[in-house]
Amino acid sequence: MLFQPINRNYHDFSIVRDKDLCINCKVCVRQCSYEAHYWDEARQRVMADSSKCVGCHRCEALCPTSAILIQKKHSDFRENALWRPQFLKYIYKQADSGGVLLTGMGSPVNIPIYWDRLLLDASQVTNPSIDPLREPMELKTFLGAKPQKLEFTKGKDGNPKLKTKLAPQLELNYPLMFSAMSFGSINFNLHIAMARAATELGICYNTGEGGLHKSLYKYGKNTIVQVASGRFGVHRDFLNAGAAIEIKIGQGAKPGIGGHLPGEKINAMVSQTRMVPLGSDAISPAPHHDIYSIEDLGQLIFALKEASEYRVPVSVKIAAVHNVAAIASGIARAGADIVAIDGVRGGTGAAPGMIRDNVGIPIELALAAVDQRLRDEGIRNRVSIVAAGGIRCSADLVKAIALGADACYIATSVLIAVGCTLCAKCYTGKCPWGIATNDARLAKRQNPEVAAQKMINLVHAWGHEVEEMLGGMGLNSIESLRGNRDKLRAVGLSETEMEILGVKHAGR
Amino acid sequence: MKRVYPNKDVCIGCHICELACITAHSQSKDLILAYTQERGQTGLSSCKHVHEEGPVCVALSCRHCDEPSCVAACISGALQKDPETGRTVYNREKCVGCWSCLMACPYGAISRHPLEQKIVKCDLCYDRQGGPACVAACPNKALKQEER
Repeated sequence: MLFQPINRNYHDFSIVRDKDLCINCKVCVRQCSYEAHYWDEARQRVMADSSKCVGCHRCEALCPTSAILIQKKHSDFRENALWRPQFLKYIYKQADSGGVLLTGMGSPVNIPIYWDRLLLDASQVTNPSIDPLREPMELKTFLGAKPQKLEFTKGKDGNPKLKTKLAPQLELNYPLMFSAMSFGSINFNLHIAMARAATELGICYNTGEGGLHKSLYKYGKNTIVQVASGRFGVHRDFLNAGAAIEIKIGQGAKPGIGGHLPGEKINAMVSQTRMVPLGSDAISPAPHHDIYSIEDLGQLIFALKEASEYRVPVSVKIAAVHNVAAIASGIARAGADIVAIDGVRGGTGAAPGMIRDNVGIPIELALAAVDQRLRDEGIRNRVSIVAAGGIRCSADLVKAIALGADACYIATSVLIAVGCTLCAKCYTGKCPWGIATNDARLAKRQNPEVAAQKMINLVHAWGHEVEEMLGGMGLNSIESLRGNRDKLRAVGLSETEMEILGVKHAGR
Repeated sequence: MKRVYPNKDVCIGCHICELACITAHSQSKDLILAYTQERGQTGLSSCKHVHEEGPVCVALSCRHCDEPSCVAACISGALQKDPETGRTVYNREKCVGCWSCLMACPYGAISRHPLEQKIVKCDLCYDRQGGPACVAACPNKALKQEER
């Protein structure tokens, strides 16, 4: 308390050390990048300052004698349904700093999670379920514009030949991809791990808006290169390095504002890849300054198609906002091959907390609305839909596909697979798990070999589960589930919610 | 032969390998007792040491060299090369504590016993099921036992 702001003791976590178990080996001291644990020379033992604890659990995970417990600290403010402790703490902080409250990862706010209110179907008696261990099950997914109809001619050998020219497609072995996380927001060890994992799995990872390090060009067949409003790291070779190009208009965690990469995270390698000065903040403008209309977006889409000689599909990523269906329709008409929609629960490396927790709409509603709108307008085949923002497990993925997604983007789940505990302090650049940091000492905590294997295991596991769920429904291909909302039933949702989602209530 | 190789690119300097080493070479085989009691009573210490400089750290222990300088330097025959396993074997009974091996070792991988005129050196946990304790304990797979 001494020499500190008076609200210092209203912190979120308490570090509890079991004195019988603690051997004062200092593993926790070395692991904590926030210096919550320290060696006390006078007392000759390890001590802790709970006010510095961010609740990342790194010390708890690595303590060799399990002596540490990180607990929520309950400061018993007088109960108040309106002025919940979290708001008090925000105000104390801002009264001290006068600044915007920064945060990281997806919104922890209790916005309805529709995945939990949707249930899947299974076959009983009247139609047979399929055992995926005994029969083939197809998860292969192609993203890109599909033709309205197919025309054939007779070839020289008398066999039919496809006359229709197909648009470029992105071929995926699983209906999911690693979502955009820029090099800079996460470090190189994880970028190389994602590249290797995506290659091994036959899916794609997205570079995010920070460019692509030259040494990763060899993984191009499994890479989506992203062009955002800051145009960081964008040049001809970059545009031609990947299997698809994505224009990032918005991000679910911060619709309406651009990316923020604090200068602390910009080291030599990031600076070179992003083409920005060392140590300077990389702030993406809120809009693309050359896009003020659907027509402008069309120009950028075709500029990128020209630059890549029409070899790869172009995706447009938007945040799920109120008029998402109309916007997606415009994007499809502007010539995009893929539209990616990021819901309100999507993650971020840094965003103002107020924006993250209050702007945007849930991905479930946005996805259903977009799929329906594109069908109603007869242009659903012209774009593939990729859903993102809070896909927690394979069941969420299956439900998203039944609601109309062609594939899903996952990122938070990928980070959790390599250790993330959602402490939401990514913006400090001091991630104790070695994820959202470019500090050489911390970044080493992600061994690319280990990280890649964890990502591969996660996708394999989800793949098996998706096959089981499909088989249970009597389907042998993910294609048969796409937009098949009859396989979903709602529990406890209102008429309006069910109408938007296009599903019946359970029991109907 | 299979040796323990450290990888400095992913060594996170947590020193957990040292704790594993102490436990594996303790009487109790219990980390808490080994660290808080045996260390002080018997001078139990780790054969492995994490060296740090700036952001770089690496855990070093005996390399079990093909032509070990320590064996050549040993005046009492306490250090021998085992032709069968390839290990550089230390015979505690024969050791006279002259420190010739300490000076000869190019890796600085041999240390003095804190209480006795003896040395402390990696034995590759030859009698431990599951191989070297440090390799098994490393949380970031920065230590690998393999043939190279």
